[in-house]
Amino acid sequence: MMIIAADPLLSSEIGFSVIAIMLLKVVIAFALLMVSVMLVIWFERKIVADMHNRVGPSLAGPWGILQTLADGIKLFFKEDLLPERADRIVFRLAPYLSLVPAFLSFAIVPIGGDFTNGGDGTVSIFGHRTLLQVADPPVGILLFLALSSIAVYGVMLAGWSSGSKYPLLGSVRASAQMISYEAALGLSMATVFLSSGTLSTSGIVAGQATWNWNLVATGVIPFVIFVIAGTAELNRPPFDLVEAEQELVGGFHTEYSSIRFALFFLAEFMNMITMSAIAVTLFLGGPNGPILIKQISWVWPILWFFLKVMAFLFTFVWLRATLPRLRYDQLMDLGWKLLIPASLGWFLLIAALNIGEDRGWSTFLVVPIGLLVLSFVALLLNGAIKKAKDSNLNAADLSEISEGSDQ
Amino acid sequence: METTVFLTSAVVILSGSLGVIFSKNPVHSALFMVQTLFGAAVLFVLLEATFLAAIQVIVYAGAIVILFVFVITLLGVDRAEDLRVEPISGQRPLAVVLGASIFGIILTVLIVAVGGPTGVQEANTPIGDAGNNTRLLGETLFSKQVFSVELTALLLTVAVIGAVVLSTRPQKPLIKTSEESQNHNFEEEIEEGKE
Repeated sequence: MMIIAADPLLSSEIGFSVIAIMLLKVVIAFALLMVSVMLVIWFERKIVADMHNRVGPSLAGPWGILQTLADGIKLFFKEDLLPERADRIVFRLAPYLSLVPAFLSFAIVPIGGDFTNGGDGTVSIFGHRTLLQVADPPVGILLFLALSSIAVYGVMLAGWSSGSKYPLLGSVRASAQMISYEAALGLSMATVFLSSGTLSTSGIVAGQATWNWNLVATGVIPFVIFVIAGTAELNRPPFDLVEAEQELVGGFHTEYSSIRFALFFLAEFMNMITMSAIAVTLFLGGPNGPILIKQISWVWPILWFFLKVMAFLFTFVWLRATLPRLRYDQLMDLGWKLLIPASLGWFLLIAALNIGEDRGWSTFLVVPIGLLVLSFVALLLNGAIKKAKDSNLNAADLSEISEGSDQ
Repeated sequence: METTVFLTSAVVILSGSLGVIFSKNPVHSALFMVQTLFGAAVLFVLLEATFLAAIQVIVYAGAIVILFVFVITLLGVDRAEDLRVEPISGQRPLAVVLGASIFGIILTVLIVAVGGPTGVQEANTPIGDAGNNTRLLGETLFSKQVFSVELTALLLTVAVIGAVVLSTRPQKPLIKTSEESQNHNFEEEIEEGKE
C-alpha cells in the first residue's frame, strides 16, 4: 500500500522479517518512551530541587533515580475512586484519550540516521534499509497536530465527567488554552513546511541537513513562537492555569486517583518529551550533527538527537522553576494578539521570499518591502487593540458609575 | 485488505452516527460524532487522500466538535434530556418526513445519475502519488477554485466580525430589560454619576 510509502522498508515486499522489524521498532519506541518518562520525572524533580536549594528525591536507588518507579507502584496499589456523580464510561475513557495520543505522536519522530551529504537517513537492519522512526506517513507532522487535538478531549472530558465543580472549571480553561495555542503552533509549523517543501518528518530533517538547519527562515520567530505555544499546549508552567492550585485545587484531574491519575501524569511527561522531540525535528535539524568517529557513525546522530532533546527538557524544567504563572487574560492576549499575528506575518514574509525567488525578484527589495508592509499591518493591529481596550475601559467605567450610585 | 478496512470503518461510522442520534446525553452524542469522523478519516486514508484524512481530524474532531463539547458543558445542558416534551408541536413527524426525503434524494442520485454521482465512473483512480496530495489540492484550490476559496474566506471574515460585534458589551443598553426598567433609568443614572 502507498500509505506508508516514504520508508524504504515497506516499499519492498512485505515478508516476515519486515513485520519483525516493524514490531521491533514499535516495542523499542514504547520501551524508550516509558523509561525516558521515568527518568524525566526524576530529572525534573532533581533539577527543580537544585534550583530551590533542596536535595530532592534521594532515597530510592542511587541519587533517587528509582523514585518514579516507587511512586508508580504506590499509585498502582492505591484505591481507585469513582466519584458518585461521575459519568462512568467517560470518566474511565478520559485518561486513555490523554495517554494514547502522547504515545502515538512519538512514532513520527526520526531519532537517528545520517541525513548529511545526501544521505536519506536510513540504516540497515538485518539486510533491510529503514528509517529510524516507527512511521513516516506522507502527512507527517500533520499527524502530530491531529493527535494533539485529540489530547484536548482527554483533558476536557476528564474534567466534565468528574461531575464536580473545580475539575470542570479546570478543563474548560484547559481546552480554551489548548485550542487557542494550537493555532499559533500550527502557524509556526507552516513556515517550516514552506521552507522544506514537505510535510514528512524525515523530509523536513533531510531539508535541514545543511550547516545552518534553515535557521534564517525558521530559527527566529517561528522557533520562539513554537516553544512558547508548545509550552502552553503542554500546560506547563508558566502556562499551567489548568491546574492552578490556589484556584482550582488540582485542575481537571482533581477527582482522579490511583492508576488513572498516574496515566494523566504519564501522558503529561510523555507529551513533554514528544514536544521536545518535535521541536528538535522541525527546527534544530533532528539527528543532524557532525560525525566525529567514522567507525561508529550510526551512534552520532542518535547522540546529537538525544542531546538536543535534553536541552529542551532542561529548558522546560528551568521555566517551571523560574517563571510565575500567567493570569488568564494575559494568556489569551499573548496567544491571540501577539503569537498568532506574528507567526502569520512571518509566514507571509517567507512566502513572499519564495515567490520572489521563483519570479527572479531581488531579495534585497522583497525583504524591506515585506517588512514595511508587515510593520504597517502591525501598527494597524496595535491601534485596533488599543482602541478596543479604551472602549472596554469606558464601558467598565460606566458600569462602575451606575453600580456606585446604586448604593 | 481494502474490503476489510472499508467494512470496519463502515461499521465504525454507522454505529457512531446511530450513537449520535440515540444518546440521551449531548456530550455522549458529541463523542459518537468524533467516532464517526474518525471512521470517515480512515476511509480517506483508504482512498489515498491522506491530507484530507489529517485535516478531517484536525479541523472537525480537533476544533469543531471540541467547541460543541465546550458549549454543551459551559451552558450546562449536559444532562440527559426528557424526550417526552416536544418544544415545537409537529416537529417530530416533520423531521421523519424530511429525513426520509433526504434519504430518498441521495438514493435516487446514486441509482439514477449517469456514470455515478461524481460523473466519473471510477472514483478510486489514484489522483497521484499519495505524498503529493497536499500540493495537488493546493494547486486546484488556488487555480481552478480560487473564486470559491476567496468567497469562503470572505464569509469567514464576516462571521468573525459578526462574532466580535455580538460579543462586545454595548456601552448603552440597547434594550431595557424588565429588571432594569423596574429598578432605575440607566441613562439618568450615568448623568447623575458624572455630576
